[in-house]
Amino acid sequence: MFWQQLVNGLTLGSTYSLIALGYTLIMGVLNIVNMAHGEIFMFGAFVGLLLVTHLKVNIFVAMLGAALTGAILGIILERVALRPLRRKAVSHLAPLISTIGVSIFLESVALKLFGPQSRDFPSSFTAAFEFGPMRISLVQIFILAVSFSLMLVLRFWLAKTKIGKALRATAENIETANLLGVNTNKIIVLTVSLASALGSVAGVLVGLSFNAVEPTMGITMGLKGLAVLILGGMGNITGAMLGGLILGIAEVFSVAYGNSSYRDAVAFGMIIVILFIRPQGLFGSRDQQGGK
Amino acid sequence: MKLFSEGHFLKGVAVIALSGMLLSVAGCGKTSSPTATAPVANQEAKIGVISFLSGGGAAYGEAIKQGLDMAKEELNAKNKIKINLLYEDSRGEKTDAINAANKLVNKDSVVGIIGPTLSGEMFAVGPIVNGAGVPIMGTSTTAEGITDIGEFVFRNALPESVAIPSAVKKAVDKYKLKTVALMYSNNNDFAVSGYKTFEKAVKDSGLQIVATETFADKDTDFSAQLTKIASLKPDAVMVSSLYQEAALVLKKARELGIKVPFVGGNGFNSPQLMKIAGTAAEGALVASPWFPAKDDANVKKFVEAYKAKYNKVPDQFAAQAYDALYIMSAALDKSGSATDRKKLRDSLAGIKDFQGVTGKFAFDAQRNPVMEATVLLVKDGQFTEFK
Repeated sequence: MFWQQLVNGLTLGSTYSLIALGYTLIMGVLNIVNMAHGEIFMFGAFVGLLLVTHLKVNIFVAMLGAALTGAILGIILERVALRPLRRKAVSHLAPLISTIGVSIFLESVALKLFGPQSRDFPSSFTAAFEFGPMRISLVQIFILAVSFSLMLVLRFWLAKTKIGKALRATAENIETANLLGVNTNKIIVLTVSLASALGSVAGVLVGLSFNAVEPTMGITMGLKGLAVLILGGMGNITGAMLGGLILGIAEVFSVAYGNSSYRDAVAFGMIIVILFIRPQGLFGSRDQQGGK
Repeated sequence: MKLFSEGHFLKGVAVIALSGMLLSVAGCGKTSSPTATAPVANQEAKIGVISFLSGGGAAYGEAIKQGLDMAKEELNAKNKIKINLLYEDSRGEKTDAINAANKLVNKDSVVGIIGPTLSGEMFAVGPIVNGAGVPIMGTSTTAEGITDIGEFVFRNALPESVAIPSAVKKAVDKYKLKTVALMYSNNNDFAVSGYKTFEKAVKDSGLQIVATETFADKDTDFSAQLTKIASLKPDAVMVSSLYQEAALVLKKARELGIKVPFVGGNGFNSPQLMKIAGTAAEGALVASPWFPAKDDANVKKFVEAYKAKYNKVPDQFAAQAYDALYIMSAALDKSGSATDRKKLRDSLAGIKDFQGVTGKFAFDAQRNPVMEATVLLVKDGQFTEFK
């Protein structure tokens, strides 16, 4: 049972990581918590679902479609809720509230468009493989593979490419980056749309694995993503990856070896303990906040 | 700037306080009026409906609304006292349900209320409505202790304390169960009450409980709980939750290779279970007062009319709502008034030998229904009678 539960924990955790990545990117560059991320995640799940059920496309195309929709939503979000507030000297909390507004709007739109019923992906991925004591379904392998490769690509892209460097420079200091010839407005739009695209892909993956796509699915997942953001260290990508896995495994193991009623208490209690020991999060450092 | 906004704030407070006062005054005026004797012919009875019309359990609310609407049309075509249904959406939330109840009681001055959908909502709303002296009848509130709220609280929903033991007993007899695992949603009053009933029924039958696992409403990942249950190899799993979580539990369980029978509480009583879980729902058991394929003229007529109108077979929630309005209307006729709340309560309490689509019906002294349950088995995507 241990190995099986480990697989369960990793699958759950990697979906948390994927969601947290979106938060982390925006946190790292803009120092803002994007409260609409969970709803963009939900929209991504719906777009993927509709593409698969109505246009009968293959799952990769559906993920691409979801990513594109997410990116477009991200651009709109940046235009509507973030940019107007960045120009003026407004409270630090203003973008938090404006993104909550966007999230409520998106959820209501989804309720109108898709209805309150939960739907699921056609079950073409239910095949499972036995590895000794473990039973891994195709969906689980798929989720693990996609999330880890996305995380690695993102890391590489940030570390090695020119745009990645510009993004990190912007994260370091917007004014300085601007002086050095980085078009920070463009970088910010890029960051928000990239984060939203990641969120949408995460939506499709979560929809695939848990078979329940519905308009309020973004709320709980969004909260878990936020917890991972703090656990991993604000704005740290490695932290988000590992933090998600740790949270997922902690939840699953507190069910497996403890009492399922206390799983959230155990998982969040553990986060509190970690933050006592490392207040800056697992991989955060006190003075540097950046998309690294 | 600052002063300006403070001024606004004060103004806002004043407006709210004033309107609150006005509302309560209006409420007083209206609540006292129904006691005056009303004329007889062609009156309109305003009945409020609080239902789960949007959100995770919207299929319940939709079925209830359809059942009520159908009953209303039929009743208004022949009865003297015309029924006007005022719908309020509770979204499955206690706070929304309370707001809806206050509006119906004080502003719309309804003679009675049907709903709310969930037992948890009834526990929140019941005391308020009961205190206002308005009869309220739950059509789907199955938890223990609903009618203990007060003498104005009724239900025509078969309590789980009757339904669950009969399902458990039949499953034990048929499958020779020895060990079971229990699962329930621990943040839902109805599911927790169902779990306690399950636990008692299981212990009374002398079964051993190998695991008790919980989850929460809206959870989507049950793999940890079910992996644990799979390793303990129980003879059956009993689940108390709403249909959505129940369906996902079934799906995941079958995926993990748990092939034993699943016995469910009232949450299993929805075609949505089969719709979401698909073939994973096969072999699920549930006790229900409603069986659409029953060989009964009343039931056949209702099922056909419902099918013609909504293009689907009515589920338990539609059937119980349909019966509820008929019961309400019978009580209104008997009381002879479309506005007197106290009279309606008294005549409701006296309802007996009522023949509805969910069978022969009467209220007991506790205003709970006296009716029989049929144990149903999901077979080939349909509810069939389990013998």
